[in-house]
Amino acid sequence: MRAGRGGGAAAARGGGGSGRGADHFLSLHLRRDVHVWVTNYRDIKMPNLEHPAYPAADLLHLEGLVPCRESQVSTLLSIFGERQQFSFPSIFIYGHTSSGKTYVMKTLLTTLQLPHVFVNCVEYFTSRLLLEEILTQLQSCPSGTEQTSPVHCDTLSDFVRLFKQALATQELQDQTVYIVLDRAEQLREMEANILPAFLRLQELTDRNVTVILLSEIVWELFRPNIGCFEPFTMYFPDYSIGHLQKILSQNHPPEYSADFYAAYINILLGVFYMVCRDLKELRHLAALNFAKYCEPVVRGEANERDTRKLWKNIEPHLKKAMQTVYLREISSSQWERLQHDDGEPGQLKGLSAHTHVELPYYSKFLLIAAYLASYNPVRTDKRFFLKHHGKIRKTNFMKKHEKTSNHLLGPKPFPLDRLLAILYSIVDNRVAPTANIFSQITSLVTLQLLSMVGQNDQLDGPRYKCTVSLDFIRAIARTVNFDIIKYLYDFL
Amino acid sequence: MSTCSVSKGCFVFKPSTKKRRLSDKTAHDFRCTSNDSEDTELRFVTCQSLWNQIKSETEKIQENLNKQLLDNLVSFLSRSHSDFQEKTTEWTCRMKFREIPTAALVLGVNVTDHDLTFRGLSDVLQDNITPYVALLEAKDCPGIKNLMQKLMGQLMKCDIDVDSLEDEDCVQVSQNRIRCSMPSLISWYDSVTKKTDSETPSKKRNSSSRHWQSPPVVVIFRDMESFTTKVLQDFIVISSQHIHELPLVLIFGIATSPMIIHRLLPHSVSSLLCIELFQSLSCKEHLSTIIDKLLLTSRFPFKLGEKVLQVLINIFLYHDFSVQNFIKGFQLCIVEHFYSQPLSVLCCHLADIKKRVYSLSHNQCENIRRLPSFRRYVEKQESGKQIELLTNDSFLKEETEKLLEDLHVYHENYVRILRCLHVFTSSLPKYPLGKQIRELHCACLENRVWETEEYESSLQLARMLNKTDLVTILQQCVEILMSSSGKEFDRAVGKLKEFLTQFQNLEAEASQERDVSVSPQKELQKKTDLYHLQKTLLELKESRRSKKLTKFEMLRFEVVDYIDSLVRRYLVPADQRTLQEIVYFNGAAVLRGHLNAAPRTALHTALNNPHWYLKNQALRCDGGGISNKAPDICIVYKLHLECGRLINLVDWLEAFSTVVMAAEETNADAASSDQVDDVIHARFIRAVSELELLGFIKPSKQKTDHVARLTWGGC
Repeated sequence: MRAGRGGGAAAARGGGGSGRGADHFLSLHLRRDVHVWVTNYRDIKMPNLEHPAYPAADLLHLEGLVPCRESQVSTLLSIFGERQQFSFPSIFIYGHTSSGKTYVMKTLLTTLQLPHVFVNCVEYFTSRLLLEEILTQLQSCPSGTEQTSPVHCDTLSDFVRLFKQALATQELQDQTVYIVLDRAEQLREMEANILPAFLRLQELTDRNVTVILLSEIVWELFRPNIGCFEPFTMYFPDYSIGHLQKILSQNHPPEYSADFYAAYINILLGVFYMVCRDLKELRHLAALNFAKYCEPVVRGEANERDTRKLWKNIEPHLKKAMQTVYLREISSSQWERLQHDDGEPGQLKGLSAHTHVELPYYSKFLLIAAYLASYNPVRTDKRFFLKHHGKIRKTNFMKKHEKTSNHLLGPKPFPLDRLLAILYSIVDNRVAPTANIFSQITSLVTLQLLSMVGQNDQLDGPRYKCTVSLDFIRAIARTVNFDIIKYLYDFL
Repeated sequence: MSTCSVSKGCFVFKPSTKKRRLSDKTAHDFRCTSNDSEDTELRFVTCQSLWNQIKSETEKIQENLNKQLLDNLVSFLSRSHSDFQEKTTEWTCRMKFREIPTAALVLGVNVTDHDLTFRGLSDVLQDNITPYVALLEAKDCPGIKNLMQKLMGQLMKCDIDVDSLEDEDCVQVSQNRIRCSMPSLISWYDSVTKKTDSETPSKKRNSSSRHWQSPPVVVIFRDMESFTTKVLQDFIVISSQHIHELPLVLIFGIATSPMIIHRLLPHSVSSLLCIELFQSLSCKEHLSTIIDKLLLTSRFPFKLGEKVLQVLINIFLYHDFSVQNFIKGFQLCIVEHFYSQPLSVLCCHLADIKKRVYSLSHNQCENIRRLPSFRRYVEKQESGKQIELLTNDSFLKEETEKLLEDLHVYHENYVRILRCLHVFTSSLPKYPLGKQIRELHCACLENRVWETEEYESSLQLARMLNKTDLVTILQQCVEILMSSSGKEFDRAVGKLKEFLTQFQNLEAEASQERDVSVSPQKELQKKTDLYHLQKTLLELKESRRSKKLTKFEMLRFEVVDYIDSLVRRYLVPADQRTLQEIVYFNGAAVLRGHLNAAPRTALHTALNNPHWYLKNQALRCDGGGISNKAPDICIVYKLHLECGRLINLVDWLEAFSTVVMAAEETNADAASSDQVDDVIHARFIRAVSELELLGFIKPSKQKTDHVARLTWGGC
């Protein structure tokens, strides 16, 4: 314990020495465990979790709860050490979406009844909210009582002070307190001092505390440029198809056997594994489509062993689900209703089917003019929109590097005057520059069909960009009988 | 509020006048500004009552149109969280990921109309589903923090409204407001739902009887397109974590297309939602209904002239798609008509006409005599009656009453026959007279429809309709004509019914004749060699051409001719009717000036030709010259029109001083030196800065002493 306190002294020496101090610290306290872990790291087939500090029954229970994550859990246990031992000041855990980071941490801390605070950084979007939430949760930490009083904490130094107070009142000084910050990438958007301070909270508070950051991105994208404490980084790999199979099969419905459900999961993964490895999503899809899978069994057309028949029944259905409900083209409740009524999914149009946008006549032309202005080089306007543009030499007109590249480069900004000039030349009858025309431009901006570039000064000749796609503008142009391809430089 | 005082200071403002007094004042305005102050009070009252009728009618129409949509939404909302409340123990419910129920509400691009829809929606929700409805706008929510603040503010305030007696609540809320996060929202929700549960039955008047135990919290995003991606994503992620504690339902108001959801939200976020699509009626159909119910009816005495209707429809179709604006325009027409036309007192329901006609003053009688349509009518009369009409007021009144009644009858008949004609034209290929009844209405108002080419071609097409179509059309026409109360169309109905029975008889005859007509076809099949085949085919063709018309064809001709005769009789353009000025509003130019303003043109006119607005004879300039009497800014503006993209300030000043000095040529010698008079210099600078303020020029960094022009054209 003494040496652990030394961390504070290391901090006082300055940022430069802290890395070494941490190594020193690690070797002091985790020597035995870490060495064990290093040798066993790649070994998936590790036996039961073992740790002298915790009762074996708890560990066995824990192992049942975190399938396919035993090695990570045992690593974490080794780092945590015993309750009263100082742990590593900060741990950074990263891994792809739904690789079990949050779940494992939560299960681990609650099963072993370690004092902890669990905060989602997206939810507490300002530093003040975040700090206050940590303190509030700390109040009810060991006892689990709901009685909390509002805490006011504006700055980090306040936080350190209040944190120490809270530990003292809750009598947590003799064991490690864990602060888990989920979606830690949000911390980067808060004040600059928040992330470095959390990384060395142990030093700052001089208490037995470990901060665990969970994120989907790597540590390199976090690292502040001023020397900060390097956390212990840990990677949660994606679940393999075998892992997914194992985890998903675990929760089978009570009325059916585990084997039957496992066969179903196998088929499901066969269809969806290519596009989706998100465990949550897969479980959701499994629950949605299971009723359909059971249908032949319920009707008595097949028994539970008749895998081939069941497969034939479910496979096209799952493929359809991949195109519709997985993409949220139709909602899951609509999907269930369809299943229930045995309707064809074809009769329900997805969200993407409704691409048609009805616009007033001049808005259509404004949008077309904006599109032309965005994708044609300025010098070609004369050629396209002037009746007697004279002879323009072809070689000069067709600059090779400009051709076909405009659509790849995306829309370019254009001034309002150019938009109006093009509008006047593409509309057949005379358009008066009325207030309605101008307000239509603004409405197009609010509809996100145009976007304003550099909104500094309205008087200064505003500039716009057209944000619609070629397909969209062609559909619009077709409704007003305007052949837009003829006016696009890229397609000449 | 503004004062007429020049100095700064504190001013006391009396509270604004009461509503009733305001309406008195408007009546007063009606009187004192109109040039013919005849019957102003009565006109004002008539105008008001007419508008109120129309307003309530439009509201009713809109309610009916939105009913379907709102019903669907309500059933979706009531379904959304009930699943989980009932069967939380079931396996599928445990396994399924709990998504946030979301309604994507596609409302069309006419954003101005959405207000009304959302207001209706939140009213319906508060009546049927839940008292907790929050309406968020993008402009209030630049960040997640503002969004939460707004959301909590709206939700908690609406709670205070329910039981405003309790003062403790207010205190609690103000404390809570400091921490605007989801947990505080949840604790608030728990407390309010618990409170309604524990309330004694006598106290809960309205809460629990209509809402359930835990009503959902509905959050409406008014303009989905304008929200920033990050705010939406964060909000959805946060609320999806608390969906078990807080039954949230989102409603996305979408103006363009539901694709925007996929554009704004990545799959990881959109997979947290359970999105269902709801589409409102297209605004064009909405307009058709409005026109159908407001204009093509004889319920309202007020009518729109052809040009005016065209202006309103054009603004709708070309510019905004907004039904609200259309109705506003219609309102403007009413006000303008009653304001500018002194005879509009007579624009009232048939029952009141008699009384009003006989109480007309002499001046008003003179007004009637001055009406062009009345003059035309007088000229057609015999000389004795002419003199009577022009000199005898009481005779004139009798005649007026008769004419107005005629006009009313004309309207009733007009609408019926117009609908009949529309039934015909809307079933023709390519719609030569337009698909919508409003187009047909405009065509009929414009001039004699039977003289147009389109009418001719549509009759041609009608003569080629097949029998089943023709029969259904005739049946529809009979229905339309039957629905009229008067006896005007008894004969027409009888005639049409007769046609129908004749068609049925034909059917019977045709079945007998069929065997005969088949024979040439049979012959054709027998022949095999080419020469004979050609020969028979030619014969067939020949015979078909010279063949006499069948009975069906004869009958079809008769039907079309009869319809034609009806059209010629009843669809006479309104401007050929006597006294049409009283009920028809024709001020298209006024309306255009009000509704489709051209600020740029107006500004140009004002600066280029100040005489237009100032009406000062001295300013009248002939042929492009610059008068030195004009305001400085006009001179500067005119000079700047002659320049290119960049304007040299020194040259400009030279030109300006030359123009200004032109008047004072007497002491030109004094000014002959290069030095420009200080006063003129100051005037010039002021004019230039005014021009800059108006947005015509801006200082340029490209060249010193130059300004850049921001407009083009002019020279």
